[in-house]
Amino acid sequence: MSAGTGLSRLEGRDKVTGAALYAYEYPVEDPLYVWPVGATVANGSVVEVDPAAALADPEVVAVLDHTNAPRLGQGGIADQHVLQSPDVAYRGQIVAGVVATTPEAAREGAEQMLVRYVERPAKVVLDPSDPSLEEPTAAFGGHPGSDAKGDVDAALAAADVVVDRVYTTPTEHHNPMETVATIAQWSGDRLLVYDSNQGPWTAAVAFGALWDIPPERVEVVTEHVGGGFGAKVRPTPGAVLATMAARVTGRPCKLMLTRQQMFTMSPGRSATRSRIRLGARHDGTLTAVDHDALQYSSVIHEYVEHTGAATRTMYATDNLRITHRLARLNLPTPRVMRAPGHAPGMFALESAMDELAYALDLDPLALRLANEPAVEPAGGLPFAGRHLVECLTVGAERFGWATRDPTPGMRRHGRWLFGTGLAASTYPALQRAATATARAEPDGGFHVWVGAVDLGTGARTALWQLAVEALDAPPSRVSIHIGHSSHGQAPLAGGSSGTASWGGAVRAACTALRERLAEHGGVVPADGLAVTGSTEPPPPDRSRHSYGAHFCAVRVDADTGQVRVDRLLGVFAHGRPLNARTAHSQLLGGMVMGVSMALHEQTVVDPRLGMFVNHDLAQYHVATNADIRGLEAHSLERADDDVTLAGGKGVGELGIVGAAAAIANAVHHATGVRVRDLPITLERVRGQ
Amino acid sequence: MSGDVVLRVNGEDRVLHLDNRVTLLDALREHLRLTGTKKGCDHGQCGACTVLLDGERANSCLLLAVAVAGRAVTTVEGLADGAEPHPLQRAFIAHDGFQCGYCTPGQICSAIGMLAEAAAGLPSAVSADLAGTAAVDLDDEEIRERMSGNLCRCGAYAGIVAAIREVAGG
Repeated sequence: MSAGTGLSRLEGRDKVTGAALYAYEYPVEDPLYVWPVGATVANGSVVEVDPAAALADPEVVAVLDHTNAPRLGQGGIADQHVLQSPDVAYRGQIVAGVVATTPEAAREGAEQMLVRYVERPAKVVLDPSDPSLEEPTAAFGGHPGSDAKGDVDAALAAADVVVDRVYTTPTEHHNPMETVATIAQWSGDRLLVYDSNQGPWTAAVAFGALWDIPPERVEVVTEHVGGGFGAKVRPTPGAVLATMAARVTGRPCKLMLTRQQMFTMSPGRSATRSRIRLGARHDGTLTAVDHDALQYSSVIHEYVEHTGAATRTMYATDNLRITHRLARLNLPTPRVMRAPGHAPGMFALESAMDELAYALDLDPLALRLANEPAVEPAGGLPFAGRHLVECLTVGAERFGWATRDPTPGMRRHGRWLFGTGLAASTYPALQRAATATARAEPDGGFHVWVGAVDLGTGARTALWQLAVEALDAPPSRVSIHIGHSSHGQAPLAGGSSGTASWGGAVRAACTALRERLAEHGGVVPADGLAVTGSTEPPPPDRSRHSYGAHFCAVRVDADTGQVRVDRLLGVFAHGRPLNARTAHSQLLGGMVMGVSMALHEQTVVDPRLGMFVNHDLAQYHVATNADIRGLEAHSLERADDDVTLAGGKGVGELGIVGAAAAIANAVHHATGVRVRDLPITLERVRGQ
Repeated sequence: MSGDVVLRVNGEDRVLHLDNRVTLLDALREHLRLTGTKKGCDHGQCGACTVLLDGERANSCLLLAVAVAGRAVTTVEGLADGAEPHPLQRAFIAHDGFQCGYCTPGQICSAIGMLAEAAAGLPSAVSADLAGTAAVDLDDEEIRERMSGNLCRCGAYAGIVAAIREVAGG
């Protein structure tokens, strides 16, 4: 029962029987339904909103637009300032909301809305020759916008071998199975929100800022979430619209985005373009690493995908340069998606490393081993656990890498071409500030409250196990309470930091409670005993990352170019998992999304209309059951990876990073075709 | 336009006064408070809303409630035998065949329908025998193929296949 044990999920039975309540499913008295109306131009202004046709239906009770919507405070980001101005920055931006007594009437009303625009020319294509590209000083996640050591240009000029290639990843969308859903209800100046988000406390702070009320007057309830992957890290425009509708009507208001609306009314991952230049000596020693990353944000909010960040930590070199550039486009503001920065960035770097191995006639495994750094290449910090070499060598042994013939395009059986490839993975081990409260009851029971949320990560179960262990109490007497903003300050579930942060606070609170109980001679006072514990981010004195290695076997149809992943083995070093079962599932889930990223996922922008044209699950393809076979995730539990107060490092993102590169490298080995643009579609494999 | 509809859900007749535009999915979720059936795309593309209709799997988002009056609808809430969960429900827990849990009711209902299809000999795209004369031997390849109408974005496919294999084999 203690931490680490592969206990099945506490909420498992509720989830398989349908009893678990997700945001939209809470019973509320006499609700209204809200349907957002999205802009049909990519740049411009609303000049007229005519709600007459919608309001003709007696079931439609209100229509909100920029002329009559409540005024919000200055807090939050521009995307959340719904209906505060007539300006339209991207197609699909909310320009009105219809509120009705039934969802059918709300939807029909939204269809009936007449909105006229003055349209301006829109820029929607990521173009490296765009003269207005910005060079941001900072990228997301506290990463520097640019970073350099040594003299990269001189080192490249002097290198024996240079690889100079461009790799691209498309706009992608998270597509959690549960779309964004909100029920908002006001009581005076107190706001209650059942909301599908990745952090109830951070959501309450955001709603408070938007409505200019103290966050304590906002209660956000998020017991179960149908997946997030970054789509729900902050209140979406739709959630804000629901709070407005509830404010205006005085009734509980329900909003659930359609799958189609999710593509513009919740964020996606920015397309990226990485130019990688690697310089090396004939013996494989890297002499220069240059990663120039281009991504986009909207015209109303700056988000800089930290595409080059992983390159700071990976390989030893005396000359290293990382630059980020940003285009501002008339597209929805992108945001973090599973392994932001690292998933697209490592596709580029790990593809380039494979190309360098071929250019040097070296084994790609040997090339990586030859460039293992003693300290973090960019900052010079010592590593807080690494084990990349071990991941690579253990993976190679398990996979049978040693017998590989590197020659591309020579293993054909019937119509299938076979190939293998590898790539490394890494992700930061973050720990953020969090608080938790532990309480002992006179009857021998214990309760622990933390503003955590379980997106399917297994956080609820892992935190409970941690509490049981730290309290040294009978498991049946310990209850864990998560998913409410009133449980106290807590970071969101994101960046693989959630459980490490909440867990640290839970451990601190429970440990302190045990000490207090001891002071009371082990006797709980009649009114109980409660103690709050907290955790803070660690000092920036070490380079804290988890690492891993993917080994992949593919077959490629020689006629059609269809790629099948036959085997994907991941070996990961992330310290001691709090729950081996759910950690393993997370790693596998990341690898599945890696296969999906490699082979299927792309959001296609219509360059004329600024529209995401494939905005549903029939056209935006994600991996299905039939796409996945031969998955194996193996964890190395090394003590020096236990760098958080909770224990090990987070595992939510590690499985996706590098997976696409391993697959692309295997496709090259199978076919001789190097695909540098994701996804690896049939026409790209066929070189067309 | 609206009217009275009798829906037979989990063995019980339920009388509802419904707008004719209400889907079976919304009737279950918004009118009968059976929220175990999930809305993932409302478009027949993800399988989260899968229920059993006269024992066969169906996307409840693609059915109007008025069109299924009188037919037997079984939702995830109706699978347990009293307090005893269905073997597939137990197997999904045992094999960690879910993470967020949102696709899970649809996966389980779909698997029940799929097992019946295989027992009846209905072939899939990967079946060697297309005549449909004998019960299908459900190996992993068959299970993956037949369950590919149910998307799982968390990527719990390995656990889903293991859970179904256990029940199919038993």
